[in-house]
Amino acid sequence: MPISKSFLIIGIFFLVAVLLPIAALTLGRFLRASKPSEEKATTYESGVNPIGGSWVQFHVRYYLYALLFVIFDVEAIYLFPWAASYDVLRSEIGLGILLEMGLFLGFLILGLIYAWKKKVLEWK
Amino acid sequence: MNTLLLYLGPVILLLIVLGFVTYAILAERKVIGWIQGRIGPNQVGPWGLLQTVADIVKLLIKEDTIPKNADKTLFKLSPIIAFVPAFVVLAVMPFSSQIQFTDIGVGLLYYMAISSITTIGILIGGWASNNKYALLGGMRSAAQMISYEIPLVMSVVGIVLTVGSLNLNDIVEAQQKTWFIFPQIIGFVVFIISSVSELNRTPFDLPEAESELVAGYHVEYSGFRFAFFMLAEYVYIFAMSSLTTVLFLGGWNAPFGFTFLPGIVWFIIKFSVVVFFLYWVRATMPRIRVDQLMQFAWKVLLPVALANIILTTLLKEVPFLTHYY
Repeated sequence: MPISKSFLIIGIFFLVAVLLPIAALTLGRFLRASKPSEEKATTYESGVNPIGGSWVQFHVRYYLYALLFVIFDVEAIYLFPWAASYDVLRSEIGLGILLEMGLFLGFLILGLIYAWKKKVLEWK
Repeated sequence: MNTLLLYLGPVILLLIVLGFVTYAILAERKVIGWIQGRIGPNQVGPWGLLQTVADIVKLLIKEDTIPKNADKTLFKLSPIIAFVPAFVVLAVMPFSSQIQFTDIGVGLLYYMAISSITTIGILIGGWASNNKYALLGGMRSAAQMISYEIPLVMSVVGIVLTVGSLNLNDIVEAQQKTWFIFPQIIGFVVFIISSVSELNRTPFDLPEAESELVAGYHVEYSGFRFAFFMLAEYVYIFAMSSLTTVLFLGGWNAPFGFTFLPGIVWFIIKFSVVVFFLYWVRATMPRIRVDQLMQFAWKVLLPVALANIILTTLLKEVPFLTHYY
């Protein structure tokens, strides 16, 4: 199958997936009740009037996890092509290919150990 | 004819998936009911068969409320962002040697990349609601999903090493003799734990923990907008069970040469076993604590997944194991 056709099919999948919610919500518009009131439009907070907004500063640990995620996700991007072509590279370069990725993985594992020791991974 | 099939195929698959979701919800409630010594839904229709249909109709005619403090555009957009990737990933899934919509070379990477977009939808939904519970649920959900995505992605590298391709068809064909669940048993265990977590299911259902966060990121959603979050979750069960079948259980390959059943039937059998396993886990396990949840991903699953990659490369060097690795 040519690559353009493959992505055309993915495009059709995308279109179908976007159209379903739009169609369902439009159909629902003719069926559902609509009696808006001031009370209904207030933010839910266990039955009492909400105090303040919710768009506030957030705990830093979420950002630390996000940073770790970026590091290891990028690592995964490098791992996939390496793994996919491992057999070819193994016969051409020899065991050096294992060593090179071992070095790369080693640095990241060191980083993980560092984060571990710095107690970044704790959730308090 | 072929062009017609090209456009109708995705629509037919969508109908199949919607049918699956309708009865997967009922089956889940029945199975969990039985495991916990209850009967489960049995009032609507014979044997409760129309229960989910009734639920969907109820959701369809519910009033659609949007809180006045919410960011309206993002609030409306987020269920769609959460749902779309769940269905789009199915485009590359090989259901049998004939039934596959598109056969792209980077199928596995495509699945992993697209499926992580749902996290953004959930985060937007939690933030746009301008509700404290929703924001907490959305943030927790994002933190959990990105933490478990790493071991999920790492756990399949062993398979890629063995097959030498990211194409899902090649992966299935490489399992004609041995399913990867046996040589890649460590990868399988990491994969299945991470996938339960990616699906936000018990014991990892903290983002929606009813007893602590009311409902998590979708607390302000009602009617069909809420339904699309739930739909995305169940479509992911379909997609993730299919992926587990393809990666570890041999896809459409018949076990022990039992080829008298067509490949698609074997696929459905294996797929159903995985889905049942997910229900079983949900009925059995209690929810884990949030600190244990995050530490488990980074301190246990990730090192184990990395060790599995190194172990696989080393086992590839053992002469009498070349058949398996």
